[in-house]
Amino acid sequence: MDIAFTRRVLDNGLNVIVHEDHRCPIVAVNIWYHVGSKNEQPGRTGFAHLFEHLMFEGSEHYDKGYFHPLQEAGGLINGSTNADRTNYWEVVPTNALEIALWMDSDRMGYLLPALTQAKFENQREVVLNERRQNYENRPYGLAPVVILGALFPADHPYHWLSIGVPADLRAASLDEVRHFFESYYHPRNASVALAGDIDQASALELARRYFGDICPGPEVSPVHPVAARLASEVRLLLEDRVELPRLYISWHTPGLFRKGDAEMDLLADVLTSGKSSRLYRALVYEQRIATEVAAIQNSREAAGFFQVIATAAPGRTLNDLRRAIDEELARLVAEGPTTDELERAQVQFEAQFVFGLESVGGFGGKSDQLNAYNVFLGDPGWFARDLARYREATTEGLRAAAARYLDPAERVIASVVPRGRPELAVSDSTPVVPS
Amino acid sequence: MSVDRSRLPGPGPEPHIRFPEIAKQTLPNGLRVWTVEHRGLPVIALMALVPAGASSDPFDRPGLAALTGDMLDEGAGGRSALELQEALGRIGASLDTEVGPDATMLTLAMISRFTDRGLALLADILMRPALDEREFARLRELRVNRLVQLRDVPPSLADRAFSRLLFGAHPYAHLPMGTEPSLRAMTHDEVCAFHRRAYDPRRTTIVAVGDACHDELFQAVATAFAGWPAGPAAEVDAAVPSHVAPVVGSRVAIVARPGAPQSELRIGQVGAERRTPDYHALLVLNTLLGGQFVSRINMKLREQRGYTYGARTTFDFRRGPGPFLLQTSVQTQATAAAVREAFDELSAIRDARPATADEAALARASLTRGFPRSFETSEQVARALAQLVLYELPDDSFEQFVPRVNATSEDEVTRVANAYLRPAEMVTVIVGDADVVAPALQSEGFPEPQLVTVE
Repeated sequence: MDIAFTRRVLDNGLNVIVHEDHRCPIVAVNIWYHVGSKNEQPGRTGFAHLFEHLMFEGSEHYDKGYFHPLQEAGGLINGSTNADRTNYWEVVPTNALEIALWMDSDRMGYLLPALTQAKFENQREVVLNERRQNYENRPYGLAPVVILGALFPADHPYHWLSIGVPADLRAASLDEVRHFFESYYHPRNASVALAGDIDQASALELARRYFGDICPGPEVSPVHPVAARLASEVRLLLEDRVELPRLYISWHTPGLFRKGDAEMDLLADVLTSGKSSRLYRALVYEQRIATEVAAIQNSREAAGFFQVIATAAPGRTLNDLRRAIDEELARLVAEGPTTDELERAQVQFEAQFVFGLESVGGFGGKSDQLNAYNVFLGDPGWFARDLARYREATTEGLRAAAARYLDPAERVIASVVPRGRPELAVSDSTPVVPS
Repeated sequence: MSVDRSRLPGPGPEPHIRFPEIAKQTLPNGLRVWTVEHRGLPVIALMALVPAGASSDPFDRPGLAALTGDMLDEGAGGRSALELQEALGRIGASLDTEVGPDATMLTLAMISRFTDRGLALLADILMRPALDEREFARLRELRVNRLVQLRDVPPSLADRAFSRLLFGAHPYAHLPMGTEPSLRAMTHDEVCAFHRRAYDPRRTTIVAVGDACHDELFQAVATAFAGWPAGPAAEVDAAVPSHVAPVVGSRVAIVARPGAPQSELRIGQVGAERRTPDYHALLVLNTLLGGQFVSRINMKLREQRGYTYGARTTFDFRRGPGPFLLQTSVQTQATAAAVREAFDELSAIRDARPATADEAALARASLTRGFPRSFETSEQVARALAQLVLYELPDDSFEQFVPRVNATSEDEVTRVANAYLRPAEMVTVIVGDADVVAPALQSEGFPEPQLVTVE
């Protein structure tokens, strides 16, 4: 499973990766800036994501919305911000590659002259609406605020969400936002992947032409937070406008690509992927005390966290769910998964991996993955080794990882219950109000 | 050579587009098999299309088609529900069952070395589902609980209220998932009867797309499905009602959500069916009105006013005329102003500010130049073919798409805007804080909103 590519580092420090795939007459342009909410400061959160919005609002030489020319060219355009990185991508017909490169390079090199107070204020309103839509007005939407707040201490950069704290967004000034851009959005902190119906030599030449003259920018010091630990089990209670209570159990785990990360991914699959998975089978299928259950290894650059999330069936409390989950986890730690369970999880990962390679662009497509490997590991060609992490995992490796990381004494349990029904929560939970 | 930043580069010559070549065959039992060779990665996408969806639900049993679709993989071909799930897991395949208004579609994507095993499982699921009574009771309970949970999800409440107000007693009036009372009353026998009536090789099409030649794909499907007997002919055809009594006069309804920070909005009316000769013109109209980021409605409500994270319009093309709708979520205080501005845009495109030549050109370019990327992955190709099957479209539909869109002038856009958009008859649904929103709407000149509940 090798993806052929070429990487060049331009004189200004910009990484350029090219991958040819001529099956469809399209090219993916994918740019990663190695900046996310973890580069923000307490009290000054939400900047990286707000910036993602501002990057579509015009630059010095094209001071209008970025969507018009790219949609006119038949392109698909998007971007996203998480704790560790911000990505911007277009998938354009082959003949529109230069339009995309012109625009992406203009906003990398010449954004600030076009950044005005009016644009800033408008996009801040859009972001506040995004927060209302996806967090405040969505059932269980504020649970992540409470959970991350408890898992990571206030000065740890994973303490807050990338959407930011509303008060921080309202307090942000244009000058601070400009300073944030100058610190992080430049060639030295970026990686450009071009994948699709192009030839390597001319793609590299085009990248050099459009991006080569941009000033490198200051060095960015990596963020290495002190590893967070929980001294004990933390139990929190959040009342929300929901019909059914939901339980979130979260543990600290290894970060992305670290030893143990793949094992936690596979364990998540063994626990909740499909009807025959352990927790689904026990809680939803056999005991019918939950309506749904999911497990996920959240792999981040500096640290990871594993979560089990289950929603109670009507008439059940979150204590019922916690007890059943703990029983299953204890059994997994004692016996480990079976060979059959592991093999099923492995082939699922292989299949998902191959499906991802079907697209040159978009979230999780080849260009995005080349950048992920390049930015986090310094090697875009990590496809085979990534897959090998899963292929080489053993049942004993999974058992040991479960034993080490899923410690009942060091975890955050958050109960989200209908308003006025605190008795449905896990007992001895402390009420919290999300900021 | 340095970059000329005084202007954007123009596009190069248009790339050549290759559309999938479809091979069609029919098995002796009537099952249609469509195949496409799609090379590059060792992947196969299988899709089974059964033209029975939520609009085939009996009037008093909304949700029956969806529950039947969901029952298919709860044990089949002698395997229990758990054994079947494990068998799918061993080949890394996940089955996706979608029950829409007009059809049930099962998708199975997998690595090509497992094609035969995957097809055998898909055949069991379609032909020999256990439809076990205990699994039925369990699944029904899960679905009821899901509906209970959805009482607090604003987009879901809005969609349900909007469909009901718009379609009244029509088969499109309910969402595929059905309603709590209907599910509570549903019986195991009803599911079995629906399965007998709807699942038959003569009405089913299997689409197979992937890394193999036509003959290999066809033979693999034929081997798996040859033993599916056709049922009684009389029960085979289920027609989809195509005519809807028009709603007379506009209506504004509120689903109360006290204290909500945002209002979830739906504004719309009955639109058009997929086979309408105006399909391409309506796509151009929708693209410039609310179908993409730079459309009039998103630019007004998001980029100019900052009321929302996004707003869009859609013609939901179906076998019968589906809804045209505008959907957005706006901050509570801005709700009345947003509704007013939305109506202004829906009206202005008809007469006061008809589509300009530039807008039409932008919409045409966006639609036609973006078309090739809908054929990148095997699953995308399979989905494209499923559209041809479901709407009985001609084989050259893909080839015709670009020329037909390009033939749509701005005058044509104005014609279809007047023919299909009737703001005076539109239904508005708002899920939000009624105490704030209702008075504000009335001071904007809207009639007194009707308070509605969803169940």
